[in-house]
Amino acid sequence: MDRLKSGEVNLGTSIMAVQFDKGVVIGADSRTTTGSYIANRVTDKLTHVHDRIYCCRSGSAADTQAVADMVHYYLQLYTQQYNSLPPVHSAASVFQKICYENKDALSAGIIVAGWDKEAGPSVYNIPLGGGLFRQPWAIGGSGSTYVYGYCDATYKDGWGRDETVEFVKNTLSLAMSRDGSSGGVIRMCVITEDGVERLFVPGDQLPKFWEGREVLAEPTGKFSSTRGPDPVPMAVE
Amino acid sequence: MTSIGTGYDLSASTYSPDGRIFQVEYANKAVENSGTAIGLRVKDGVVLAVEKLVHSKLLVPGANRRIQTIDKHIGLATAGLLADGRNVSNRARDEAANFRQLWNAPVTLKDLADRLGLYAQAYTLYSSVRPFGISTILGSVDKNGPALYIVEPSGVTYGYHGAAVGKGKQLAKTELEKLKLSELSTREAVIEAARIIYLVHDDAKEKEFELEMSWIGDETKGLHLPVPKDLFKEAEQKAKDALENFE
Amino acid sequence: MDHFPTNWGRPRHEGFDAYATYPIHERPYNGPKDAFAAGVQRTQQPIVTGTSVLAIKYKDGIMMAADNLASYGSLARFKDVQRLHSVGSYTVIGAGGDMSDFQYIQKLLDDLITDEFTAQDGHELGPVEIHEYMSQVMYARRSKMNPLWNSLLIGGFKDGKRFLSYVDLLGTTYTASTLATGYGAYIAQPLLRKAVEGKEDTLTEEEARKILEDSMRVLFYRDARSINKFQISTVTSNGVWISDSIHLDTAWSFAEGIRGYGSQTQ
Repeated sequence: MDRLKSGEVNLGTSIMAVQFDKGVVIGADSRTTTGSYIANRVTDKLTHVHDRIYCCRSGSAADTQAVADMVHYYLQLYTQQYNSLPPVHSAASVFQKICYENKDALSAGIIVAGWDKEAGPSVYNIPLGGGLFRQPWAIGGSGSTYVYGYCDATYKDGWGRDETVEFVKNTLSLAMSRDGSSGGVIRMCVITEDGVERLFVPGDQLPKFWEGREVLAEPTGKFSSTRGPDPVPMAVE
Repeated sequence: MTSIGTGYDLSASTYSPDGRIFQVEYANKAVENSGTAIGLRVKDGVVLAVEKLVHSKLLVPGANRRIQTIDKHIGLATAGLLADGRNVSNRARDEAANFRQLWNAPVTLKDLADRLGLYAQAYTLYSSVRPFGISTILGSVDKNGPALYIVEPSGVTYGYHGAAVGKGKQLAKTELEKLKLSELSTREAVIEAARIIYLVHDDAKEKEFELEMSWIGDETKGLHLPVPKDLFKEAEQKAKDALENFE
Repeated sequence: MDHFPTNWGRPRHEGFDAYATYPIHERPYNGPKDAFAAGVQRTQQPIVTGTSVLAIKYKDGIMMAADNLASYGSLARFKDVQRLHSVGSYTVIGAGGDMSDFQYIQKLLDDLITDEFTAQDGHELGPVEIHEYMSQVMYARRSKMNPLWNSLLIGGFKDGKRFLSYVDLLGTTYTASTLATGYGAYIAQPLLRKAVEGKEDTLTEEEARKILEDSMRVLFYRDARSINKFQISTVTSNGVWISDSIHLDTAWSFAEGIRGYGSQTQ
């Protein structure tokens, strides 16, 4: 069975969440596609579900929006009934329950992250089948497959806020540069006990890494390429 | 009982002209006819104790328990109609299990007590049902620490440091007030609980009773469990000794 | 084959019966009921998966092992997943296959144990009961064409008796003194049988542990969905114990001198 229905809007995405000592940093690209057409180049994939709990959405836009709306409703119910902020773990469990019980109908890969009184900052990953996995850092969406190695090599326990923001920004930039289904701008949120801070990196100010060598102009006279180019030593920068 | 014969006491769904619901007050009478149940919320745990009146020598010891387990970390003791206690504890188990299934976390005692309050209150609204003839003591150690609540037949719930319901509740309350509950250990509270139950038991009216005790604390790893045999015997012996000195 | 006798001897397709030789009204329709029915598929596929689980009997009880990997296709996605789960005081259950289904099973069993605990009737479920329960659950789900995509090993020790059994997504069950699921059934099981059979009552904990470690090492060498980080569980008269992660040491130095794939020497 095809996971996406024909013509469905897809969040072929790069999303990420990382825990640090006082909170979590979550981030996402902004590209939404139908096939290879970019339906929205400034999407916000960081979705509020409660005061200190957000989710990053990947998969079908319709499915993940519907699921996030349901969880948002459940968490409002929680605050009304129990007069307290819901734990991130409970919010993630509701996401997981919906994703697991409807696994045949949904294509949703969701990362839940936030801060609560009992556990402090925490990050949960809910991949396709509806499992629930707690992680210090989580990446998701089609772009994530290109940057597992980078994250494994770079991540360290015990970072502060600023280092974590840099890590998220760099990882997403790398993923967006290799994944055709990801791109646009980087949106990030820093969630701590004190509040949620939104960060924005415009598409023309993304961190730059190796982008291949510059391709130089060459004379295109009638007989210039009959012999083919000779290999010459390449300059190493 | 000025209410008798006025006709306003036949249904829980009808107020008397001065704004009372007699069926709820009669339900409280049913509680007062029952053996005493107490709960102690102390420094690091909770103890529940019940004076279970044994109305027949033919009963197997330990039968008709009045302390029940609701979830791993929650205990419930009732005073009043035994069967109503079973109904309410089944409801409490369902509520606790439902909470676990949705939120993947143990329910806090306050939230459970609120739900049971709503449940009890619903039985004061309709002419087709009668209010529960029990007062329920709930005890737990949850994420907020030790907790103790009572749910009354009216559906009212309050949190307590020390709780007493049933026949001997007045005497039990004065005894509980003498204790420095927030400084006691759970182990010490077991001794006190046994003493109070033995003290409030009136053997002029009722001859036989069985002491039932359970506890939740560090020593039980947060589980609601019956007090272990050796501690139970020690507490019971000390209670009997204290009673002789008291008289 | 077509199981509807009224279809037998008739054209397979309306298009082949252009002249309406056979009365249409008598024919059962076996295709999709509507446009949406084609999109409904009840048996799923495993997505995030765990690989083999191994278990053996030994002198003091049973010992089980499973690595810490949850794969996403060929991607080694989660490297810190515990695939051994204790159930009550006497049982451990280990799972291969879909990890979301395993998490569901864990919840199911935790609820069951809580139910039994709240009954306070002096009875506790042992491995035999857990095995029977799981076999019923797994068979019921496969009969609804909606299986829980796992192979499970259930091990335990209660009332002085060891117990070890297998249950899978079809509801298939068996018991033996050595068991292995997934790749382990092909690679580790022969090794386990050779090392354990006939010695169930004499193998010490150290010996049993060595047998499982050696088998896990071979699996790491030959199973592309495994990692060299795993946990061991024992169930004995002392109850259930699940170890910290163990990192396997592996041997590769013999390969340094290998050249080419035949006669090449440099």
